[in-house]
Amino acid sequence: MTEVLEKIGAVPRISEIYGTNLTTIADGLPGWMNHTRYPALKAFQRMGIPGFRTENYKYTDLTRLFENENFRRSFTPDNFEVNLSEVFSCDVPEFDTHLILTVNGWYDEISNKDTQYPEGVIVKSLRNAIKENTELVEKYYGKLALSDEDPLIALNTLFAQDGIFIYIPDNLHISKPLQIINVLRSDDDLYVTQRNMLIAGKNSQAKIMLCDHTLVPQQFINNNITEVQIGEEAVIDIYSIQNQHNKTASFSGIYVHQERSSELVTNAITLHGGIIRNNLKVLLDGEQASAKICGLALSDKNQHVDNYTNIEHIKPNCQSNQLYKNILDDNSTGGFTGRIHVLPYAAKTAAFQRNNNVLLTNAAKMNTKPQLVIDNDDVKCSHGATVGRINDEALFYLQARGINEKEARLMLMFAFAHEVLAEIKIEKLRDVIDQLVNKRLRGEVSKCHSCALDCIR
Amino acid sequence: MLVIKDLYAKVEGKDILKGINLTVNAGEVHAIMGPNGSGKSTLANVLAGHTNFEVTHGSITFNGKDIFDMSPDIRAKEGLFLSFQYPVEIPGVSMVNFLKTAVNEHRKYRNEKELTAGDFLKLMREKKAMVQIDSQLTNRSVNEGFSGGEKKKNEIFQMAMLEPTLAILDETDSGLDIDALRIVSNGVNMLKTKDNATILVTHYQRLLDYIVPDFVHVLYEGRIVKSAGKELAIEIEEKGYDWIKKELGE
Amino acid sequence: MEDQNKLIKEVTQRDYRFGFVSDIETDTIVKGLNEEVIRIISAKKDEPEFMLEFRLKAYRRWLTMKMPEWAQIKMPVIDYQEIIYYAAPTQQAKYESLNEVDPELLRTFEKLGIPLEEQKMLSGVAVDAVIDSVSVKTTFKETLAERGIIFCSFSDAVKHHPDLIQKYLGMAVPYNDNYFAALNSAVFSDGSFVYIPKGTRCPMELSTYFRINAKNTGQFERTLIIADDDSYVSYLEGCTAPMRDENQLHAAIVEIIAMDRAEVKYSTVQNWYPGDKNGKGGIFNFVTKRGICKGVSSKICWNQVETGSAITWKYPSCVLMGDNSIAEFNSVALTNNYQQADTGTKMIHIGKNTKSTIVSKGISAGHSSNSYRGLVRVAPKAENARNYSQCDSLLLGDTCGAHTFPYIEVGNSSSIIEHEATTSKIGEDQIFYCNQRGISTEDAIGMIVNGYAREVINKLPMEFAVEAQKLLQISLEGSVG
Repeated sequence: MTEVLEKIGAVPRISEIYGTNLTTIADGLPGWMNHTRYPALKAFQRMGIPGFRTENYKYTDLTRLFENENFRRSFTPDNFEVNLSEVFSCDVPEFDTHLILTVNGWYDEISNKDTQYPEGVIVKSLRNAIKENTELVEKYYGKLALSDEDPLIALNTLFAQDGIFIYIPDNLHISKPLQIINVLRSDDDLYVTQRNMLIAGKNSQAKIMLCDHTLVPQQFINNNITEVQIGEEAVIDIYSIQNQHNKTASFSGIYVHQERSSELVTNAITLHGGIIRNNLKVLLDGEQASAKICGLALSDKNQHVDNYTNIEHIKPNCQSNQLYKNILDDNSTGGFTGRIHVLPYAAKTAAFQRNNNVLLTNAAKMNTKPQLVIDNDDVKCSHGATVGRINDEALFYLQARGINEKEARLMLMFAFAHEVLAEIKIEKLRDVIDQLVNKRLRGEVSKCHSCALDCIR
Repeated sequence: MLVIKDLYAKVEGKDILKGINLTVNAGEVHAIMGPNGSGKSTLANVLAGHTNFEVTHGSITFNGKDIFDMSPDIRAKEGLFLSFQYPVEIPGVSMVNFLKTAVNEHRKYRNEKELTAGDFLKLMREKKAMVQIDSQLTNRSVNEGFSGGEKKKNEIFQMAMLEPTLAILDETDSGLDIDALRIVSNGVNMLKTKDNATILVTHYQRLLDYIVPDFVHVLYEGRIVKSAGKELAIEIEEKGYDWIKKELGE
Repeated sequence: MEDQNKLIKEVTQRDYRFGFVSDIETDTIVKGLNEEVIRIISAKKDEPEFMLEFRLKAYRRWLTMKMPEWAQIKMPVIDYQEIIYYAAPTQQAKYESLNEVDPELLRTFEKLGIPLEEQKMLSGVAVDAVIDSVSVKTTFKETLAERGIIFCSFSDAVKHHPDLIQKYLGMAVPYNDNYFAALNSAVFSDGSFVYIPKGTRCPMELSTYFRINAKNTGQFERTLIIADDDSYVSYLEGCTAPMRDENQLHAAIVEIIAMDRAEVKYSTVQNWYPGDKNGKGGIFNFVTKRGICKGVSSKICWNQVETGSAITWKYPSCVLMGDNSIAEFNSVALTNNYQQADTGTKMIHIGKNTKSTIVSKGISAGHSSNSYRGLVRVAPKAENARNYSQCDSLLLGDTCGAHTFPYIEVGNSSSIIEHEATTSKIGEDQIFYCNQRGISTEDAIGMIVNGYAREVINKLPMEFAVEAQKLLQISLEGSVG
């Protein structure tokens, strides 16, 4: 299999897959959407597969992954009957959410049909939204995730067919979190494309949870992109919990536009995964907008977790605050690239960033690349990055109080990780994840083809 | 020496001073008291020429010269000294370098010869002893890492070095313990001559036990509403500011 | 604030002091670059065969390379066929005494404030003066020779110590290291060579002054410093160039090798012509500097004050090979008008218990752009490696930019790596405070900028520190806000 592939190369092969399936992909979708595909193809061909030569992917080389894959593409919904009890097992009683389900990147009409949402909230498949809410989707589609900026965006745009569309009307505060569960299920190795859109009206409030859920041990590549528009004074939290098996390659891109006085919180908790790359771009495009961006990754074996953030301060008086942490064990590798860009007119910007990492073995490797690009003098900006080990003094102190070394290490690692978890504003979720992280650090969370929240039962 | 006539000033578009009249002669000590937000610090900063404060009306003459024509550094060289309520930290700039530049700028302005490094250090030693400032402080960067008390002592030390004709002490007593207050007051008293004058801006009467004023003015809502001798300060200490507000019919 | 902006402008737009052109007879070859030119350079310098081979190998490699594009820099395309690769004062070579030196040349160095005359040498600095790529005079050679120290032009070293050259040339910076290193390796004309023998502490500061004088020439010098076991040397480098409307290329290489317990301190005050207020002219300064802490407990320290050049592109780096070796990088880079600086360092930790420190202070004014770019890499076997980096940026005015691009790659679990960066401007309250003490805004800004850079300036040898302080103030002239 691989012999043939090597000769062709990933870019022409993927281009060919697109060419062959062009009509199926475009079927049922309007011209304005299908017209974004050709420029995306050009952009993809120009940039190629992201690898160490691509500055933004310096520490996540995807060339081997793409050269060697010959996964099935799911250009029409797979008719799997999703075993609801299996999927909803994480819906423990005290954890009350509005559930939204996708299967292999497709909005699952059957499972979602009975879900009730607060009045005015629209949750539907992107395909239906394109038909029924054409104006909204057309206005925002492809405006934040730009094919020219990233080969993975180009690929997503090239193959995008479905995903979730969420609209929260002005002034509505949703108290129950919206929980999106992306189920991956296939009898053969599968390449999945999913495209979502979230539009939060003025002064709306909502909390979104993203859970990735791999039900079978097959290999997956999941290219999932979400464009988020946050209106004036809206408050949106996005939490993602990534717990997939080691053969999954998961690329998640979240592209956010914030208007005046809006508040964004994101927190990406990565417990397991094969190759994980999270892209997050935030445009602070209204005065007094603020963004709190966090992430925690625990990795071992041969896992790779890379978080990339790009915070653009466009308007004055905005604030951003980033906190990312990694704990790396075994042969795992970690990457962090955090970019703060203050544009010339963004006076009185306050932008801070911190990346702290702990290496547990010499085979583990952490690459970090915090960046400040400052084009205005009236700003308060700083970044800090550390790569280190468990603090010897603290370890000794705990041992001197009678705690054995292993336990003391775990305590310190947990304390290290907890700073990120403390930023989760849904109390129940924070407790659940606290426990999960604790177990993960103890090596007790290893049931990989199941979702994170299942593990606590 | 200093004549303020019908002075109006605003900060960030808000009127703070609304018609101040005040005359200070050589040899006098004036205390300006008043409740929080009455405009005391604004007056001090306007005198020193801070650009955040916009003068909208009135005049200030200092030694017969219109002060508005002068940039802050010229005012300083004319002999006007402000002891800051919150002295600013300047990392990396040593006290010695800072003061040497300041002293020599003053001397140049007066057409005097600049001090040599040796003479300067000698002068500094003398003045340090006079205001009882810790020698260590002058080895550090300007105000960097100083405690509240050290910063205030440092201000008085700088005053001793620059020998101004008019010293404005903006809340110099705030944040001082009793020993520091005594040291600071001693310094101010020692520097007093018949040719210079002092304006004490303060909230409390406490400082006036140590530095006895000739005149006490009460500033309220941007105007001087009452002026009298030192006994006024004692009255305020006993009764607070409310009785003055009542007198004004509020 | 407006006044302050005006003042910043005034302060930062004062003129370049070293912009004169000296009327010295020069021997130049035809412009352009090809194998023939390289053969001519090598022949003119009467080089042994291995040198010519080294040059040709580098040239052939260079032909296959492309100008790097990753830096945060805007620049016109350089036409390498328009550059003259060899220019030397005709009266070069051996001066028995200063009387034989072209008087115009002496005046040049006088204007630059370089103490070339022996009497002035009492200041205790040995000088190698390089003008348009050729070393014209090395002082104190004899005094140093008594201790076995070799301090001479690179050409002399090739003639008299070919074994050392052959052994160490390209050890720290291989001919194929990067585009400009390959170019330099092919065409370099001269430079300085230093060898400090075992157990010797060099009794004086060694210094090179570089001057580009001739028109349309590129300067490609090469410095090689070898510090043998238990030796110490402090080396200074200064640079100036005339004001010319066209850009001139300077692509130098500095290599340092520190053996067991040897210590090398390399200080640069770079003041090449930065171009005029509108960004016309100025030097393109693309330099490769690298030191290898080869021996155990060796130490290399790079200090730099960068105020000149239209474009500066350099990353003095250290490879910490020996166990317990130490490396430092201390930098002040000031950019004004349309200058661009992309500078920083690489610290490669290979040995155990190695330690590196990075202190970078960027100051941007006018329309300039100032970037720190640095790499800290810890190899898996570099047990207990330690790095601390502090990168601060100071912005004067709202038309300039400050950028920080650190790369941290760690593969060892016992190491501790810390990086911090902040961005700030001069506080209006700080200026007002100085004003209130009678210090003018212009002086206040100079004072505050120097205070900000003090940590680095303090690392420079005394005379250089004074020079650097003045330079910071002058370079800011015309820009203050």
